[in-house]
Amino acid sequence: MNKHFSPTMNRRAFVIGTAAVGAGLAIGLDLPFGGPAVVRAADGSPEIGAWVVIRPDDTVVIRIARSEMGQGSLTGLAQLVAEELECDWTKVTTEYPTPGQSVARKRVWGDFSTGGSRGIRSSQDYVRKGGATARVMLIQAAADAWKVPASECTAANSVITHTLSGRTTTYGKVAEAAAKLTPPAEVKLKDPKDWKLIGKGVKRLDTVDKTTGAMIYGADIKLPGMLNAAIKDCPVFGGKLKSFDEAKIAGLKGVKKVVKVGDTAVAVVADTWWHAKTALEALPIVWDEGDNAKVSSASIAKWLAEGLDDAQPAYVGNKNGDAKAAIAGAAKKVEAVYSYPYQNHATMEPMNATALYTADKCEVWCGTQNGEAAFAAVLEASGLPAEKCDVHKVMPGGGFGRRGQTDYVRQAVMIAKQMPGTPIKLLWSREEDMAHGRYHPITQCKMTGAFDANNNLIALHYRLSGQSILFSLRPEALQNGMDPAAFQGVAQSGEAAFGYSVPNLLIEHAMRNPHVPPGFWRGVNVNHNAIYMECFMDELAQAAGQDPLEFRRKLMGNHPKHLAVLNAVAEKIGWDTPAPQGVYRGIAQVMGYGSYVAGAAEISVTDGSKIKVHRIVASTDPGYIVNPAQVERQIAGSFVYGLSALFYGGCTVKDGKIEQTNFDTYNSMRINEMPKVESVMVPSGGFWGGVGEPTIGVAAPAVLNAYFAATGKRIRSVPLRDQNITFA
Amino acid sequence: MANLTINGKTFTLDIEPETPLLWAIRENAGLTGTKYGCGIAQCGACTVHMDGVAMRSCGVTVSEAEGKKITTIEGLASGDSLHKVQEAWIAQDVPQCGYCQSGMIMAVAALLNEKPKPTDADIDEAITNICRCGTFAQVREAIHTIASA
Ligand code: FES
Ligand code: FES
Repeated sequence: MNKHFSPTMNRRAFVIGTAAVGAGLAIGLDLPFGGPAVVRAADGSPEIGAWVVIRPDDTVVIRIARSEMGQGSLTGLAQLVAEELECDWTKVTTEYPTPGQSVARKRVWGDFSTGGSRGIRSSQDYVRKGGATARVMLIQAAADAWKVPASECTAANSVITHTLSGRTTTYGKVAEAAAKLTPPAEVKLKDPKDWKLIGKGVKRLDTVDKTTGAMIYGADIKLPGMLNAAIKDCPVFGGKLKSFDEAKIAGLKGVKKVVKVGDTAVAVVADTWWHAKTALEALPIVWDEGDNAKVSSASIAKWLAEGLDDAQPAYVGNKNGDAKAAIAGAAKKVEAVYSYPYQNHATMEPMNATALYTADKCEVWCGTQNGEAAFAAVLEASGLPAEKCDVHKVMPGGGFGRRGQTDYVRQAVMIAKQMPGTPIKLLWSREEDMAHGRYHPITQCKMTGAFDANNNLIALHYRLSGQSILFSLRPEALQNGMDPAAFQGVAQSGEAAFGYSVPNLLIEHAMRNPHVPPGFWRGVNVNHNAIYMECFMDELAQAAGQDPLEFRRKLMGNHPKHLAVLNAVAEKIGWDTPAPQGVYRGIAQVMGYGSYVAGAAEISVTDGSKIKVHRIVASTDPGYIVNPAQVERQIAGSFVYGLSALFYGGCTVKDGKIEQTNFDTYNSMRINEMPKVESVMVPSGGFWGGVGEPTIGVAAPAVLNAYFAATGKRIRSVPLRDQNITFA
Repeated sequence: MANLTINGKTFTLDIEPETPLLWAIRENAGLTGTKYGCGIAQCGACTVHMDGVAMRSCGVTVSEAEGKKITTIEGLASGDSLHKVQEAWIAQDVPQCGYCQSGMIMAVAALLNEKPKPTDADIDEAITNICRCGTFAQVREAIHTIASA
């Protein structure tokens, strides 16, 4: 055995490995006389509540319901449980319950969805209680054995001590007895000041296998007798499959079957994926593209531009005073129109899922951000009831919001259903992934600001026109037709509240929904709202003849948390001292996902078109920080994702289809283009904000504002490559 | 039929000579540590060593790879000891989703073979892999840690 493979990692690999071949975490019930049922994990070890399993060798298995996709939540969630459990962190391993097991146990693990930077913040309370409950039961079991009151016993590092006698025992020794106890009705959680593990940058629990090639991603699943499928869905969204000429590829090596997938797609099933993909490329396909084939980026832009007109209907998301009247009577007005394009998630691993369908069972193995949604998709596509279906989650090669959708899961089941008994691994080519994203929504925004004679900002009208994600994906969440999420970052209150006080304010959304399917793309609506608002704030500051930071500060008196992170980046980047020769600064702030964030950039520009980013400073106040090392990585990662979109991204539409096909036409930043992000964490406590997404909001506006400082030129549309601006 | 030498082992594969090496490795030899990201030599997820040189295996055919010594991420460690790049990656907690990291590690290992003490400029030039999670700062730090050991 390799000495670098810690036992913890081996066990974790084993858990995932067995899940991958279908064993999963079997859960059995013991029904002893006179006590509650003991629930057992696959290896027979007892559960101490649904979140914790303790093995006789003291190994602590912590159940994780949310999905790890690189963001580090698996480790953070384990830290939350372990903090209250008072267990030995070096003995912690994790496993995923399946959605099928959760449903069978009345959703004992709660919500599986992992999006909106909610993985930790919306489960922190009940998972900590899960840890605390197990600790109380373990201590009680030891006290019972010693015949002493539990109040005389303490637990630390998986060891229970009877303080008066000095006797000790371990969690592994009392786990069986603890499992038979009735869980306490109430547990008290620690005061945050007593946390030892929460707040510590402990190493991730899932690293080793990612460095040896041993980590199994969805694309790596192997099942006995498995075949591989490649798929093409109608490239025009909303179009249909008309026909395909199977005979043309009949003789090709390895091809087993050509199947229709729903009304819109065709798949080739072959012995290897390479054979399936090459055969699919040779397959003559006729599409019924429908009316959407007439849509182009230009036609969408025109339609959105019409929505900027005040005469068109719009939903009001945030309002104060009478902005229109104040603007009409103002001493000075500033107006600008901005736009933001479609973006593909371009997860490093293209979409994929493996399905095995038999007459009485349907199982799927896949990376997903929402195990329960994937499970629901399996039920629907297979037509089988919940007790005959399950989903085994494996590591996804990135999510960023894309894997919260279940289109690829449904497709895999629809193919497998046509070949009962044969496991089918469906893998999208990168080209299919680019053609069938759930794209960052497209918008435009017209902003008008008005000043009084003393250059005080008296009114701001922010009119957004464009696509609603909820309209397409969660129509039930619309409020009388309005998409409340459209106002992320500029909302009246809540987890994405506007951080400025303007006496006359009107923020509204003219909804325009083109046929290109939108999705939750890391940062979601914060991305464009933060660009529009924060770049326009700079324009207003310039019009008022004021420093961009000072101008903002004056409007932020009633928003101390927004202001605190802004001040933190200003201080770190040295706003009050001159930048180095030829280097220019930009600054931005926003609130999203319950966290307050700000960013600042130092750039230089050559020939007006070559940008070198020298420094990036980012600050966040997410209330509490579970693992600062992972928060730092999420902040840096969000800048790479956000700046890639700013410089290289943008998906355009021609003849109803997305034009970009691969990383040659939809590029991503490389190491030479990205400086280290200097993060300043200022957790103020008392609330739980998200981490994975919020800081992406300030990445683009900080750089765009620095570009203006360097060149005197405003850039009001994304991506920069459209304006021949790139990295130096 | 093709003979490929992967991680010191000879694989006799029933495969068309024009198949990209990436798929021969993943599907025919069954070594899934080497990843598919783009298939057009853009992203680097499929990077392996061919006679010690980093190559994007999606852009190399089986016939071109025949007779060459191919090393994949699974063959980087020697016996019980992980390669120093893998060790540094673990010490630095580099991977996020990890999907790009096989290719990243293979590219870095090849760079360090050639230049044991790379400068930032050397790193910028040699490491052109895409990482959608954005692990670049940790990658750079880990390389410098190895170089200064
Ligand atoms: S898969 Fe070979 S470079 Fe992307
Ligand atoms: S770690 Fe996820 S793509 Fe690099």
